[in-house]
Amino acid sequence: MEKQYIDLYKTHHSLIKQHAAPVMNESRDASFALFEKLGFPTTKLENYKYTDLKEALSLDYGLNVRRLDFPVDPYQAFKCDVPGIQSYLYFVVNDAFYPEYNEQNAELPKEVIVCSLKEAAEKYPDLMAKYYGRLSTQKQDGLVAFNGAFAQDGFFMYVPKNVQLDRPVQLVNIMRADVDFMANAHNLIILEEGAKAQLLVCDHTVDDVRFVSNRVTEVFVAENATYEHYKLENTHIKTTNLSTLLIEQQASSNVLGNVITLHNGLTRNSIEIALNGENCETELCGMVIADKKQQVDNFTSVLHNMPNCHSNELFKYVLDDVSKGAFTGRLYVAKDAQKTRAYQTNRNILLNRTAKMRTKPQLEIYADDVKCSHGATIGQLDEQAMFYMRTRGIPYEEARLLLMFAFTADVIDNIRIPALADRMKMLVEKRLRGELSKCEGCTICQ
Amino acid sequence: MLEIKNLHASINGKEILKGLSLSVKPGEIHAIMGPNGSGKSTLSSVITGNPAFEVTQGSIIFEGKDLQEMAPEKRANEGIFLSFQYPVEIPGVSMVNFMRTAINEQRKYRELPPISATDFLRIMREKKALVEMDNKLTNRSVNEGFSGGEKKRNEIFQMAMLEPKLAILDETDSGLDIDALRIVAHGVNKLKSPENATIVITHYQRLLEYIIPDYVHVLHDGRIVKSGGKELALELEARGYDWIKQEVAV
Repeated sequence: MEKQYIDLYKTHHSLIKQHAAPVMNESRDASFALFEKLGFPTTKLENYKYTDLKEALSLDYGLNVRRLDFPVDPYQAFKCDVPGIQSYLYFVVNDAFYPEYNEQNAELPKEVIVCSLKEAAEKYPDLMAKYYGRLSTQKQDGLVAFNGAFAQDGFFMYVPKNVQLDRPVQLVNIMRADVDFMANAHNLIILEEGAKAQLLVCDHTVDDVRFVSNRVTEVFVAENATYEHYKLENTHIKTTNLSTLLIEQQASSNVLGNVITLHNGLTRNSIEIALNGENCETELCGMVIADKKQQVDNFTSVLHNMPNCHSNELFKYVLDDVSKGAFTGRLYVAKDAQKTRAYQTNRNILLNRTAKMRTKPQLEIYADDVKCSHGATIGQLDEQAMFYMRTRGIPYEEARLLLMFAFTADVIDNIRIPALADRMKMLVEKRLRGELSKCEGCTICQ
Repeated sequence: MLEIKNLHASINGKEILKGLSLSVKPGEIHAIMGPNGSGKSTLSSVITGNPAFEVTQGSIIFEGKDLQEMAPEKRANEGIFLSFQYPVEIPGVSMVNFMRTAINEQRKYRELPPISATDFLRIMREKKALVEMDNKLTNRSVNEGFSGGEKKRNEIFQMAMLEPKLAILDETDSGLDIDALRIVAHGVNKLKSPENATIVITHYQRLLEYIIPDYVHVLHDGRIVKSGGKELALELEARGYDWIKQEVAV
């Protein structure tokens, strides 16, 4: 399975490097060596035991190492799921930043940089040298190593000291190709001291081919900075979406992560948040609504490396048909991270007997003065509540819907952009009603 | 209005109702009394269509329609209401949303357009006043974090909103202090009319001091074994249930 990519790299590594920024090439050979050693993750690994990637990764995918242009007008290809949310809007097609100027972004403060990773490497070599790969190159993870070897571009955002963005930045990832296709994008996001930014990432697919997207996103959140990362996944059933989100927080910073999967094929989100300063606040939420043969695996890791930080995790799944869900909540509290407060909740509803959920809280606590809790449940809709509502004249289907919607409400409540929260409520309701059994405008999913 | 004939019902294969018959006419208040385990709550569950119970024999006819053919929501929309002994908490579903959905489903059933926002709020306000229900409660999730008394008041509030033809009050007095009991009973009496009927299921006579029944029935071992006027309730209060059991045994 790995062989074709190993051969590809050995034959074409100079071509790959030629079309990528030098700073990315510095660690490329080392990443490749690591990938050769690790291979793609298998279910034999503790961190991947719930999701088998073999079938998805064993197909023959095209890669675009020559960086040929894929003709696409993202404004045509993409029907925004969240219209009306006033955002600074950017597109990445496969792994290429869409360069066309967009009037909507005219008011972006001048000191803020949003561009392709390649451009950033050319124009801001100091920033890149300081941050690129700092969180990812050491990861003993086959997917991250693979990304390090093959990624040539991605999305770059830099918010300097004390600059607070007045509206969200929206990054729309579009997968488009005429053959089964794989893209490896590397994103880098830097918030300096006291900066504030909200990033809304929307994942989409437009063509009826098989996609693998293997993205690594590094985020650096400096002291007193506030960062919100929303991810809305609306991809088609033939997509394997592998996403690694690595966040480093400095003292008194505030981070919110909220990953929502409404439509997908196979999804693996690996999220690691390292709290490397005191008094950090971290909120990490997620929601999955899956049916058919969809699979979603959220693997989360919150590392309390310093004292006096507070983290809270909340993940909810609603699974139907033969869908599969998995959640891992790793919580690490270092020996000296006293006065840590860390909480974790994962609740799941299986709508029938064939859907499957695997959940694993994994707490490693080495400090002795901490408050930590975890809870995981897998159940059905409350029969008593169903009957109660029906005795008030609310039909079975409507009662079921109200309960499912109520179940997911607290994840939506954790969205701090009101327009996005409203829109999300509508999307979730439509999804639960079955009116959106596929993404709007999609002709690929049945 | 309600005709129950030779009703047999079981849960998990265990027969609880063993040939119960009951006839309720518009304007009447019937009290069903009986010791624990006699089948009182089963009766209310079966009338409202709780899927956990299975009717094995007999019939339940409501206004000429066979209830057994109907889903719980349809029975509700036909005008049957159950005030639960243990009202269910539904986190995440707001009282307002819940009530509006219920009202509009009822209106849809009667081929009426959805209620306007202003009408809905006005009716909510009126009915809340009837059971002296706190505004804060209607802003919360259904029954979530409500005290025992607040839950019972909320049941009567919902009954006032839905204006049923037949209301079944299942142990509405349990867990109520005397003030709450008076408020709840006042609400029930206010809603009384010559067109609607009420079945009061209770273990104690206490509630019947406030809601005066026309008929009192004693349920024992899944059957109505004795019926009488309101004085029967007093006799039960004074003498307990044992004499009935003996009378039946003879």
